[in-house]
Amino acid sequence: MSNDDIVIEFRNVSFIVPGGKTLLAGLNLAVRRGETLVLLGRSGSGKTTTMKLINRLIDPTAGEVRVEDKRTLDWDPIRLRRRIGYVIQEIGLFPHLSVEENIGVVPRLDGWPAERIRERARVLLKMVGLDADRFAARMPRELSGGQRQRVGVARALAADPPFILLDEPFGALDPITRREIQREFKTLQRELGKTMVFVTHDIAEAFLLANRVALLKDGEMVLLGPAEELLSSQDPEARAFAEGYSGPQSAGIPS
Amino acid sequence: MTLREFLTRNGGELLGLTFEHLVLVLVSTGIAILIGVPLGILLTRKPGLSKPVLGFANIMQTVPSLALFGFLIPLNIYLFNVKVLGGIGARTAIVALVLYSLLPIIRNTFTGISSVDPAIRDAGRGMGMTDRQLLFQVELPLAMGVIIAGVRVATVICVGTATIAAAIDAGGLGRYIFRGLRANDNLLILAGALPAALIAIGADLALGFLERRIQFGGAFKAKSKKFLGPVAAVILAVLCAAYFFAAGDGKRIAVGSKDFTEQVILGEILAQAIEAKTDLQVERRFDLGGNLAHEALVAGEVDVYAEYTGTALLSILQDKPLKDPQEVYRRVAAEYGKRFDLVWTEPLGFNNTFAILVRGEDAQKMNLKTVSDAARVSAQWRAGFGQDFMSRADGYPGFARTYGFHFQEIREMDLSLTYRALAEKQVDLIAGNSTDGLISRYGLTQLVDDRKYFPPYDAVPVARQATLAKYPELRAILQQLGGILTVDEMRKLNYAVDGEKRQPKDVARGFLIEKRILDGSGAER
Repeated sequence: MSNDDIVIEFRNVSFIVPGGKTLLAGLNLAVRRGETLVLLGRSGSGKTTTMKLINRLIDPTAGEVRVEDKRTLDWDPIRLRRRIGYVIQEIGLFPHLSVEENIGVVPRLDGWPAERIRERARVLLKMVGLDADRFAARMPRELSGGQRQRVGVARALAADPPFILLDEPFGALDPITRREIQREFKTLQRELGKTMVFVTHDIAEAFLLANRVALLKDGEMVLLGPAEELLSSQDPEARAFAEGYSGPQSAGIPS
Repeated sequence: MTLREFLTRNGGELLGLTFEHLVLVLVSTGIAILIGVPLGILLTRKPGLSKPVLGFANIMQTVPSLALFGFLIPLNIYLFNVKVLGGIGARTAIVALVLYSLLPIIRNTFTGISSVDPAIRDAGRGMGMTDRQLLFQVELPLAMGVIIAGVRVATVICVGTATIAAAIDAGGLGRYIFRGLRANDNLLILAGALPAALIAIGADLALGFLERRIQFGGAFKAKSKKFLGPVAAVILAVLCAAYFFAAGDGKRIAVGSKDFTEQVILGEILAQAIEAKTDLQVERRFDLGGNLAHEALVAGEVDVYAEYTGTALLSILQDKPLKDPQEVYRRVAAEYGKRFDLVWTEPLGFNNTFAILVRGEDAQKMNLKTVSDAARVSAQWRAGFGQDFMSRADGYPGFARTYGFHFQEIREMDLSLTYRALAEKQVDLIAGNSTDGLISRYGLTQLVDDRKYFPPYDAVPVARQATLAKYPELRAILQQLGGILTVDEMRKLNYAVDGEKRQPKDVARGFLIEKRILDGSGAER
């Protein structure tokens, strides 16, 4: 693996909140161009913290995070974030903006002309499987959970950023909608070929979407590798997750 | 008078007062928004400040309005040669109203922004919004409903409190309410209170509507927002400028009065005499509540008003009571000169003190002239006294001791009811107000305070030394007014306003013509 392929890198990164609790301890991790790395773990294992370190919503208390071979501390945070699409659970849509306006936020910040933003929004809505004529003018509260999440993905893709961070994007959906949208996302992923960091506590989701999985426990990475390694690992945390997974079939996904 | 008659006669004035009221509320709320919203935003950025700032705004709300006025009037603060703080009139009223309306606006801005879902804030930041962009594109639009709810509360508070602004000559519907309370005229009170209530309800409904629209329908549409902001700002700026620059100079003199009928009549007498005899322009600053007239005089907002010797001695100088009228006059004149640079001019001639009253027929039948005469025959009498007289230092206990009164019964009631109770023989002696118009109306006789128990309350115009030096012609007029009013005449004038519902300015004019200070042709100089 050549160095050029590493686009996001954690070097000995720790994050300790001012109160003294350690959320992340000595993380070493490299994300390759075009891959989808899934951060797997229970609540409080440090997944979201890891993600927020990438787009500088927080800064490491020790070690360094590098994006495109440049320390995040040396990045202008605004420029850095504009290069990174960000999807969080459905509440992340701005409730006072219509679907189209939500998708257009970053292009508007980047100063695109209004007509181009409109067009882009329509293209993206179509890409995530929503009828632009019906949905563009709706407000987020008029959408179902699945529709909201699709809009969230479209919004993250709006300015065509090279990176996408997804923080449990499908966590709040009912199981059926969830499988549906996961499948669609998988297709999208293949078409776009973007570098993605995907946070989840759902091992089936990890199996479906991940090129590699990083398993976190109490702020430390206990395993890094293809999803299958989870099943063969002797690590107790890996085994705990593996027990909850009985193959793609049970999740209703044809392999 | 029916409501219809009232409206045909005073409709124009009512409209004017309503407009004044609206302007007071609009300007005050506008300024409070301009200060409160940015301050609320600052608190969300510097949470350490929120306790002291909200605490201060909280305390401001609990300060009684008259106390706040009393504190603001003596101030004298200039900004670019424009007086921004202090004095009487709309300026001070607006400052007070702004202080009252700040709390709900700051608090709601702070709460509204703080309660934006942290996930939404993170989404915005994660998408690469700067703090400004986050504030204007996400936080403020989402908090707008809550902020408008705060503005709504502030506006309603403002409409109510603005009625009190009439006490410091700031105009508005409070004028009718105060006048009505004074004259015991329910119609007048209603004429002030009803429109004020309607304004409050209207503002509440309109802002409530806006609040719901914003909460359910998303933010303003971009177009109306771009248009609305500057227009509102321009209107506000014009109104503010109009208020702060309104008082130009030139040969002006301000005549003040306290907030009861007799004072307004005296104010009119002074004002019209000055207008008739000089080319000074007279500004009337009437209806000043509490001791505000005095404070305005000291602050230079008023040049002359009629004060009572006893009030000056006891309530302003906080001195010990004295009985001899000449001594009281000498004392207050000396102290005022020394402390405030104010001049006590010629006494107008009457003494507005407690009057021991009996029915005229009784006085004649029993040949009663003095209070001592009454004390001798009063063993079987019932007396009627107001609560004030029963409780004051110079009231009933000392009075009964001085004259040796033992009444069969004492009935305590509202002062205004005692006159009628006496006339209708429910009681036989009362302690009224010596200048009350009802004394002549009911044919009552005032007994001479032969032991000089009651301190004197001689009415005397008090003027600023500086004004008298600047306009010597004023001094001459005040000399001419010396001794012009007997107690009896003052009673008649009071009755003309309170009893016959005539306008103070007409009553004053009639009196000055009668005294040949005005010639009645309408072209005096």
